[in-house]
This record gives sequence, structure tokens and C-alpha cells, in this order.
Amino acid sequence: MKRLKSSLLPLLALAAAQSAGAVDIRANLSAEYQHFFSAPERSGQAGDNLSLSFEPEFYYAFANRDSVTFTPFVRWDESDSERSHGDIRKLYWHRVEQNWELRAGIDQVFWGVTESVHLVNIVNQIDLVESPNAEELLGQPMIHFTWIPALGNVELFLLPGFRERTFPGRDGRPGVGLQVDNDNAHYASGAGDKRTDIALRWSATHGIWDIGLAHFSGTSREPRFDPQQFSLNRHGEREYIPLYEVIDQTSIDLQSTTESWLLKLEAITRNGQGDRFSAAASGVEYTFVGIGGTVMDLGVIGEYLYDERPEAVLDDDIAIGLRLALNDFQSTELVAVLLRDRDNGSSSFYVEASRRIGDSFRLELEARGTTHVDRHDPLKTLDGDGFVQLSLGYFF
Amino acid sequence: MLLPRIAVIAASFFLLGHTQVQAQNDPMDKSLSAEARGKAVAEEAYRRDRGFGDEEATLTMNLQDARGRERSRQMRFRTLEREHEGDWMIAVFDNPGDVRGTASLTHSKALEPDDQWLFLPATNRVRRIASNNKSTPFMGSEFSFEDLSDQQVEKYTYKYLRQEPCGELSCHVVEQYPAYEHSGYSRQVVWYDTNEYRTHKVEYYDRRERLLKTLTMSDYSQFLDKYWRPMRLEMVNHQTSNRTLLTYSGYQFQVGFSERDFDVNALRSIR
Repeated sequence: MKRLKSSLLPLLALAAAQSAGAVDIRANLSAEYQHFFSAPERSGQAGDNLSLSFEPEFYYAFANRDSVTFTPFVRWDESDSERSHGDIRKLYWHRVEQNWELRAGIDQVFWGVTESVHLVNIVNQIDLVESPNAEELLGQPMIHFTWIPALGNVELFLLPGFRERTFPGRDGRPGVGLQVDNDNAHYASGAGDKRTDIALRWSATHGIWDIGLAHFSGTSREPRFDPQQFSLNRHGEREYIPLYEVIDQTSIDLQSTTESWLLKLEAITRNGQGDRFSAAASGVEYTFVGIGGTVMDLGVIGEYLYDERPEAVLDDDIAIGLRLALNDFQSTELVAVLLRDRDNGSSSFYVEASRRIGDSFRLELEARGTTHVDRHDPLKTLDGDGFVQLSLGYFF
Repeated sequence: MLLPRIAVIAASFFLLGHTQVQAQNDPMDKSLSAEARGKAVAEEAYRRDRGFGDEEATLTMNLQDARGRERSRQMRFRTLEREHEGDWMIAVFDNPGDVRGTASLTHSKALEPDDQWLFLPATNRVRRIASNNKSTPFMGSEFSFEDLSDQQVEKYTYKYLRQEPCGELSCHVVEQYPAYEHSGYSRQVVWYDTNEYRTHKVEYYDRRERLLKTLTMSDYSQFLDKYWRPMRLEMVNHQTSNRTLLTYSGYQFQVGFSERDFDVNALRSIR
């Protein structure tokens, strides 16, 4: 015991010395105002909406190899009780070794390369009430093991416990085309939301190529809706019940990066939701540096989106976009993308612009909407919820 | 030359491929051609900087525009010296708040494009980014990405201009022409002192041959009894009258970093 102590003491002293300054706390408080272009469809919906969110992050490193991260998130929304919600984005322990890493707890993982859709990203559920862009994710319980051999990474994910997708409530806008019963999801698996899902991914960089191959086996993050499965809310309206089936999905994501060109591909094949189907997104981004003798950079984006499912919104669509970076004091940036169905011309668009104010604030302007929507296109259900959103984030 | 290893962020490109240093010319040899002597000066400066292993430091950038408005940014960076290829670097932003935690990883090359990755904490994503941004301003400053890169000998062709007094020292004045693509410059004029081959001043000429910027490096400190680093770098843009001051602190050498500290996994979890 004594010997143990005497050998531990210098170790502890070393750990203490190394962990000096290893506490890191940061936070983002954000206020957001939305204005919808069209009059609301339902009584509880509003033309304007105010919302506040708060996301602090606490990080503590025990030594060089071990750390803990905790990131809670809360949002209050003026109109939509479903959008007023909280989540643990991250709460995990992380161990780093020479040839492997282990994360255990709740974390977020993002896979994929394309701009206009995120097909291969599957580990985390989408926090859809946060944003229709599918980039905000719910925290997922996981044991995430990364093996780092000579070439690339091999990652194994054990995912105990399922998170249901968050859908806007009756009073929320933008909607998702139908009202969703957020309380009575159905599961194809007898284990319900207690099933442990698994995912495996290999990713590597070789020269100009970055490649990821992955397989996921578990509860689909994306539910299906059966027109016959609904409940009635107190207004007598149908709220459709999400059906979460067990799927197997294999995916590839690929990017080639040369001086001015990015070439991108994401493709999936999925089994378990009716017939096996495939979907893919592929495209390019070309960047003009120093346009017109200024210091601004302009990227031009072109992507093609394909989905075999008849109900898919982006089944045969072209996305064209611009990415502008002013490279000024305030890091002013803008992304604008238009998605257009090749068959019937139905289109949707989004514009996201942001600019730093002072040292601690960032102002963001976002607009989303649809145009020229064919009445038979699935996009029709999203018509009428176009909006512009102004948000101010305070970072401290 | 020893432009600082600043660099930062997705910056750039360090180095090389020169395994063996071929017989190097003596920079003081006046019988050499202007091209050979210019290159000899750059080689000597570069040679004196090799062997540092790894380093880390904290960097403060003060940005001032022509109207006198000021902004400040803070970041930390780490560099790993690589022997047969370009150096590797990670930079992490601490300030301003909206970019806090943003980190970049660069595996540099001499003439080929660097490999660059960017980690954005807001989206939890590591993205590979294109590397044609050499002339792009770094964080809205007067430094472009190429200014912040380590200056490998192969990246330029040279012409020795003259030797002249610079302060209390004497300086070699060498003109250099970028040999890599996408540079914002037609040429640069560099002042190296003849004692230690430290860089004291660089003039940058835009692609139309007009004087664009002047960089002044000062407050040199020596580390490990060998490696000189300027603690203060001031870049003045003559065309816009904007200026950027870089101040370094907390330099540490031979921290013990390995390749593993400069891979995409490390980038994702760096603090």
C-alpha cells in the first residue's frame, strides 16, 4: 500500500500539473425571431414567432488521455410547445490512446459531405423542431470505439436506446406536411425504443480522396407514416403515428479535394422499410478566390439528388447554390441553395447569412421557402410555410 | 527564411521533400549568380530552423482598419516538424466567441496543395477543405494564408539583390518569386540579417507588381539556444491602410507531440 501510494503521488502530481487549465466552459445564448410569409393554416399557429435557446458546454480533462464533456440544451418557443424542449446533446467520457479512442455516454456524430442533403448521416436522430435543415441532432447514448490502424479509422458504435424524431406540434411552423402524434410512436421491433443498434464505419484519407464506408443495423431514424394509422387530437384533426422499423443501411461517402474543386458523393441502400431502395446525392463545388480583385471568395455548388422512393421529396432534383465569404473583420458569410425537381419544376430554397457583431455576438439571417410547387409533388404539403428568421447569438 | 510558424489555421504549407540537403552554396560567396546566391540565403535560413521537433504557442492578432477600428483575436497553435514532407500544424481559436473551439489541421506540402481540414464545433463536423485559399485573408486580417505558412526553400525562385545595413545589423536583401499556384503575389523582397539569418522585413508585391504590404518582424527571442522566433509581427497594407499586429507568447518547444496529435481524430477532440 505504501509503495503504491509513493508511486501514485508523483503520478497524481503530474496529472494535476497536466490538467492545469483543463476546465473549459463556454455557452451560447440565442434569441430568434421568425416571420412567415403566408397566413397560418390553423388557429394556434402564428405569423410571427419568438424563441430563445441556451447551450452551455462543460469540459474537464483529468489528464492528457481522459476527459468529460457535458452539453445540455434548452429552447423556449413562443408558439409551439413541442419546440420548447430540452436535450442532453453530449455527456460522455473520452479516452485517447495511441491506436484507439473510446467515447462512452451521449454524443453527436456527423457523417457526410454534400451540402443540400445529408443521406448517410444516421447515428443521431434529427432534432427536426430545431431546424428543417436536418443539421441539428439529438444526443444519442453510445459506446463509440475508434481503432486507428495504419490506414484510416475503423469505428464501432453500440447505440443503446432510441430517440424519436422531434416533430413540430399543432401550433408550430414550419410544419412537416402532416400533423404528427409525438406521443404514440409504433415500433416494428418488439424491443420498442430499447433496442441496441449498431453501426460500423471505415474512413480514410488517401491523397485527394476522403472515403467513408458504413453499415447501420437498427431502428430507422426516419419514420414512415401509414395513412391508416393516426389518432385524433382534441380539435378532431388527424395526427399521424410515426412507425419506426428496423433497417439495414449501407452507405458510402466520398470527396475529392483538389485546389479549387470539391467532388462529392453520398449514396445509401436501405432494407427494412418495404422494398429495398437506394438514394444518392452527388455534386461539385468550385471556389473562385479573390473575386473581382476583392478579397472575397465565391463558391458555386451543383448537386444532383436521387431517391428511389415514390414519396421522397428530393427524388430527382437538382441543387444549385452559392457560398460567399467576404473574409472581412466580421467573417460575413452567405449560402444560398435552390432545389428544383427535374420532373415538374417544384422548387424549394434556403438562404443563410451571418455576420459577427463585436467580439461576442453573431447575427444570422435565414430564409426558407418553396416556389412553383406542382400540386402533385410531395413538396405541396410544405408549401405555405416559407419564413424568414433573424437570430442573434451571444457567445461567452 | 524564418517567417514565423504562425500560421495557424488552415493555413498552409510547410514543407518539403528535400531529404538530403545537397551541397549548399555559401551565402557570402559573391562569385555566385544572383539566383544561386539568393537561394543560398534562403537555404541557410531554413537549415538553421530545422530540428526544433515540435512547438506550441499562443497568438494574439490585433486588427486595425483605416478608420482606426480595432478588433482582437486569440488562438493557439501547435506544429510538428516532419522530415521528408511538409510540417503538420493544428490551430485552435479561443476568441472571438462565435469561432471559439474552431480548429484547423494542415499537412503541408511544398509545391503541391496542402491537405487541410477544419473542425467546426457547432456542427461537430470535420471537413476537408480546398486549398486554393493561399491569397485569402486569414480571419479578416492583413495576413493571407500563404503569409502564415512556413517558408520552404522550394516554394520560390530567388534573386540576390544586395547587402545593406538594417538597424544595427547588416542584411541580405533577396527577391523571391512564388513557384506554387494561386499565390496573390508576383514577388516578395526579404531582408535577412547576416548574423543569424532571421527575417526582419518582407515587402509583398501584388500580381500587378504594385507594393501591397510590408511585414516587419521584431522582438526576436531565442529558444533551445538555437531557434529564433519573432514575438511581434506587424503587417501594413499600403493599398487599404489596414494593419494587423501579431503578438506571440508562451512558446514551448519539444513538448513531445506525435503524429497522432495531428490527425483528424485529434482535430475533432482538441481543446
